[in-house]
Amino acid sequence: MDSAEILATVTLRAGFNSAVVVAGTACLGIAAGVIGSFMLLRKRAMVSDALSHATLPGIALAFLAATALGMEGRSLPVLLAGALFSGVLGVLAIQAVSRFTRLPEDAAIGAVLSVFFGVGVVLLSHIQTLATGNQAGLKTFILGQTAAMNRNEAMAIAGLALAALTACVLLFKEFRLLCFDPGFAVGQGWPTVRIDLTLMGLTTLVTVIGLQTVGLILIIALLIVPPAAARFWTEKLWAMLVIAAVLGGVSGWLGASLSALVPRLPAGAVIVLVAGALFLFSFLFAPARGVVATAWRQTRLRLAYAEQAALTALLHGRHPPSRRMEGWLKFRGMLNDGALTQPGREAARAAERNRRLWERFLIHYPTLVPGRANWGIDPIDRVLPRDLVLELESFPESLSP
Amino acid sequence: MMTTPIMTAQEFLQIDLPAMTAAVLACISCALVGNFLVLRRQSMLGDAISHAILPGIVVGFLVTGSRAGLPVIIGALAAAVLAGVLIEAVRRLGRLDGGAAMGVVFTVMFAGGVVLIEQGAARAVDLDADCVLYGQLEAILWLAPTRWSDLADPAVWADLPHQVVVLAAVALLCIVCVTLFYKELALTSFDPNLATTLGYPAGLFHYGVVVLVAVAAIASFEAVGSILVVAMLICPAATARLLTDRLPVQLWLSVLIGGVTGAGGYLLGAFGPSVLAGEPADALNAAGMIATLAGVLLTAAVLFAPRHGILGRRHAALKASDDEQDGGKRNEVVSNAATR
Repeated sequence: MDSAEILATVTLRAGFNSAVVVAGTACLGIAAGVIGSFMLLRKRAMVSDALSHATLPGIALAFLAATALGMEGRSLPVLLAGALFSGVLGVLAIQAVSRFTRLPEDAAIGAVLSVFFGVGVVLLSHIQTLATGNQAGLKTFILGQTAAMNRNEAMAIAGLALAALTACVLLFKEFRLLCFDPGFAVGQGWPTVRIDLTLMGLTTLVTVIGLQTVGLILIIALLIVPPAAARFWTEKLWAMLVIAAVLGGVSGWLGASLSALVPRLPAGAVIVLVAGALFLFSFLFAPARGVVATAWRQTRLRLAYAEQAALTALLHGRHPPSRRMEGWLKFRGMLNDGALTQPGREAARAAERNRRLWERFLIHYPTLVPGRANWGIDPIDRVLPRDLVLELESFPESLSP
Repeated sequence: MMTTPIMTAQEFLQIDLPAMTAAVLACISCALVGNFLVLRRQSMLGDAISHAILPGIVVGFLVTGSRAGLPVIIGALAAAVLAGVLIEAVRRLGRLDGGAAMGVVFTVMFAGGVVLIEQGAARAVDLDADCVLYGQLEAILWLAPTRWSDLADPAVWADLPHQVVVLAAVALLCIVCVTLFYKELALTSFDPNLATTLGYPAGLFHYGVVVLVAVAAIASFEAVGSILVVAMLICPAATARLLTDRLPVQLWLSVLIGGVTGAGGYLLGAFGPSVLAGEPADALNAAGMIATLAGVLLTAAVLFAPRHGILGRRHAALKASDDEQDGGKRNEVVSNAATR
């Protein structure tokens, strides 16, 4: 395989069939990213894990029922209907157990996940012994396989994914309310139970249509990994949804292309690995909440605090700075031969004024404290409005402690 | 009824006895340590570990070319520890919800394992995803005994399949650890803050439980597969939790339920179809059957447990309202409770 072939597949020019499969998987990734974001914020990520494992017995039962009725057992709509049925049954079982017994929800999730999967495995081993059994076809649902997908199936997946996405966009306001303050939503008279069920229903839909491409063990990754990665980039919900959709779409796109190109690369696993790589990059380098950016901000804050404390101490002739701080101040041109330079003295006075004004502000207006400012460090003129700063300056000195 | 026998003594001794013993031992180890997962509300950690050890197993397998042996166990343990560290790192540094951190780490590691399996299989290595997912109880054979009387011969015992030996050792390890640290485990599970103020390192015991779960899961994984280990970890402990309020009773019950589930599930899977058909028939997947049986028992407990089951509680409530009308009897109950 050469680079031209790779480019052709990734850019959807390697035949109509593979283009439809790749585009369908990308649509699935987009829908899963958006719906998974709400599940993540609702702290329900692991429920979707149980949901996806719980689809296996439904698939096997649907196959058995269809074969017994003389129909083609492998027909996709029949199998997906079965998957939908047992997935919903699994979710209801979790809710019943965690609501009506003393068992915690996580135990209910784990029990439903493993027991449903176990029943599915038993049914699969039974199907294997049947004369008509074509278990190879069913096994693709466990780890996923794009190669088995035909054009119509891919188009159906894309269509359903876009429908789920549309529903999510239309219910944006309701879902946001449910995720951030369910108690308030109840108080305002919103039908939270129905909204919650709708969200679970959309998750089930995405899970079921993703069974064939990603497989039931790893479909949960499409619902968790892109939203978790998107969380690092922004503090705004709509931006998180857009980023999660993009990351999910890219994972589906690249994963399906790679799996089509390289032999023996299962699509589901490759899609998850692409999503995992995107997550790792976001986790480390995203500007809003990434590890590097956070560490950089914390270091800067710590340094600014130490620098201002050292400058104020020097201004009043109190204890001298530490050796390291002395070197830092010299490097900044604020200290020369143990005495403050002209810019150093100015910076020290500004720091002292800033600290005093912050103190007065915190004493007189404790309810107005802005959430995201670093008190005492950020220049107060930039954080508070001008008239408030003037008022703080006019307070008599004796009021400050 | 003179049909062909479902099996001979030799078949049972060579095929079914070692497999059933392995299943029972795996179930007992998992059930015992699973109690502490359920009590600590960390059941999903069992799920995450059992998925995340896959790449370690595959790497160990690719290095040695055999499914058993030290490298596989070391690889799996390393993967479990790596998963634990990564989950904690993502949760703390990334400020993500614990469930999401687990979901990210174990799915990506599992996906890596699947790709490694497929790529390894491409090089004609004897490993496929099936044996990892469903286990291979059927592959545990004990060729030495041919008759029941052979069991008295020590030479036969020396030929015991290594899987059974490993599982027995792990079961013993779990029992010894839980017995030795019973007080500390109980305290840190129920009230970690009190444990810390009393000077017990609650964090250390958290990691101790994680390591014990990983060891039990790794040893059992070969027998019952990576996903069904979760059923063994959670279901017996959850069932026992519904049946009693006392921790020692819960531990014993869970071990009992685990053992019964392991033996019963294996027998149902191996002989159920033959008994139903009245003639030798193909066996069902034993590991799946064990998980199914565990689920049936848990469902029964959820519904009918005397004090904590759904129907049991309703029954108790009805009885309480009867007692309400019969004031004297109610006072008697109260005074009984007070003297106890």
